[in-house]
Amino acid sequence: MATTRTTNRPVTGPAPTPAPEPDPAPEPGGKPAAAEPVGSEPQSESELVPGSELVPESELVPKPESAPEPKPESESVLESESTPGESKSPLILTMLLLTLVLLQGPIRGLLSAPVMQSWMTVFVAVLVQALPFLVLGVLLSAAIAVFVPPSFFARALPKSPAVAVPVAGLAGAVLPGCECASVPVAGALVRRGVTPAAALAFLLSAPAINPVVLTATAVAFPRDPGMVVARFVASLLVACAMGWLWQRLGRTDWLRTPHRSPHEGRSRGAAFWGSVRHDVMHAGGFLVVGAMAAATLKAVVPASWLRTAAENPLVAILALAVLAVLLSICSEADAFVAASLTEFSMTAKLAFLVVGPMIDLKLFAMQAGTFGRGFALRFAPATFVVAIAGAVLTGAVLL
Amino acid sequence: MNRQAQAAVLFLTGAALLHAGLTDQYLRYVKAGLRPMLLLSGAVLIAAALATAWYEYRASRPGGTPAAGAEGPPAHAHREPRVSWLLTLPLFALILVAPPALGSYSAMRAGTALQQPFGYDRLPAKGPLDLSVVDYATRAVYTHGREIEGRVLRIEGFVALDRAGHPYLVRMALNCCAADAQPVKIALTGTIPPVLQPDKWLEVSGTYTPRTTKDPVNGGPVPYFEVTHAKPIPTPADPYDETWNT
Repeated sequence: MATTRTTNRPVTGPAPTPAPEPDPAPEPGGKPAAAEPVGSEPQSESELVPGSELVPESELVPKPESAPEPKPESESVLESESTPGESKSPLILTMLLLTLVLLQGPIRGLLSAPVMQSWMTVFVAVLVQALPFLVLGVLLSAAIAVFVPPSFFARALPKSPAVAVPVAGLAGAVLPGCECASVPVAGALVRRGVTPAAALAFLLSAPAINPVVLTATAVAFPRDPGMVVARFVASLLVACAMGWLWQRLGRTDWLRTPHRSPHEGRSRGAAFWGSVRHDVMHAGGFLVVGAMAAATLKAVVPASWLRTAAENPLVAILALAVLAVLLSICSEADAFVAASLTEFSMTAKLAFLVVGPMIDLKLFAMQAGTFGRGFALRFAPATFVVAIAGAVLTGAVLL
Repeated sequence: MNRQAQAAVLFLTGAALLHAGLTDQYLRYVKAGLRPMLLLSGAVLIAAALATAWYEYRASRPGGTPAAGAEGPPAHAHREPRVSWLLTLPLFALILVAPPALGSYSAMRAGTALQQPFGYDRLPAKGPLDLSVVDYATRAVYTHGREIEGRVLRIEGFVALDRAGHPYLVRMALNCCAADAQPVKIALTGTIPPVLQPDKWLEVSGTYTPRTTKDPVNGGPVPYFEVTHAKPIPTPADPYDETWNT
């Protein structure tokens, strides 16, 4: 990483690397933990600053190479679209972190109010608890996406669509990953000739009933093992219902078949780590949104509001279902957010866990991107209603 | 956010997780059992960062092989969304702020989470008894102090004051992580130190008293404890009660 950068350094040289390091150290800070973070900073800057210097070169060099390649017309268009705005991002990131380091004294002062401290503790707790599960799921899903050919799933499915739907739904259990992983896989399934109804059942069930997600749920609800069973049953039920519904009512012209296989033209290692990086960055970003919401509900919103919402069982279920859509948390992490909503009934939490992996803002955007907006506009509301119904039914029986 | 910035964020996130896992910092947020997974995921994130940087370098190298090294499109063709920038927030929180474990503010916002246990451990027959907050509270409320009456007890917890200024000794109990932490409270009476600061950890010695009160938030049972002596102690490495659901 360092070799080309050192040669480039004179070109965009005046990066402010050494300046900020002496500054944060004498900052009063006041917390015992201050020594360690400051000590670890230089590491980060040496990591960051070279990146910002490299930008112009790295963005320019691959362009002539990727253009003459046979396949990726659409890719090079997208890449060139994304370059002008994004080429500055290492610089922005460096500036952002430097500013934060320089201002850490005042910022600590602002954050020392009990509300802010408790908010940050819950925020960090949700992330620290969820990140290992997110990473585990992302690793496994990258491995499957790269090393198992999509045609395997197409061959394994029964020919009759009515039977293929539940089989595909159950097959979701073997694709460990969150919803970000299942959308591209479902797209690949449709492209390889799997009946759309079965692919959609897979799309809905895979993020909710795979072993990683179920383990995370068991960890999040150690006192209620029934929650794991209920989540499995309700999610499978809803996925199959939606598959059959599509088979009865769906029209092929609503569905825009995706064209491109995600990993063509790259070595397996590049595809694997590319998938890991991509999934962590995407799902991680949304996880931060979810953690912020959980922290706000926990530390800022008066407990009496939550109790009022939680008292009425119907309002509680609807509130958490809507919350799941808005938060767009990754299914590997959502159980921990659900568990933090201690005021709500188990059925309401189940609705949160069933709705979240099937439909949320992020998924809607991804489905619209993969299958077309006409599909997403019809499929998403139907999924929302069926998922709530499935969760309520299952909750009534099992919880 | 382009790939170099992503590599940097991945690297820093991995490093922050490793740092939290190698020190006792992680115990402020999660249970002790998560440590191996925490370290592993930190290592994986750093590996992903290095791999990203490596493939990026290979792609930018003039003689690089495009088929293997050229950055293909992201796994599905859309721009890296702005939402990835949010990953800098936990970095900032973990590295620069390192928020403390939940304290009296959260404890007094929530009602006591005391629940009747399935059973009780046997207590040693002699000497002063070291009890956890949860242990004392459950025995005091649900067994009417059967085994602890008349004995010298020692309890560790942090101080919290309610609106009227009544002191409580609290320990937060974890189900899974600090996000679902719930307080278990004991009200203090007897010879209490004249100045009590919220969030300070105390070891109180004293005896059981049958007096109980109701939690001001949820009306749950809160037993009293007759304090004879209180001494400040440092915050324990694991500030939460993890025996809650074993």
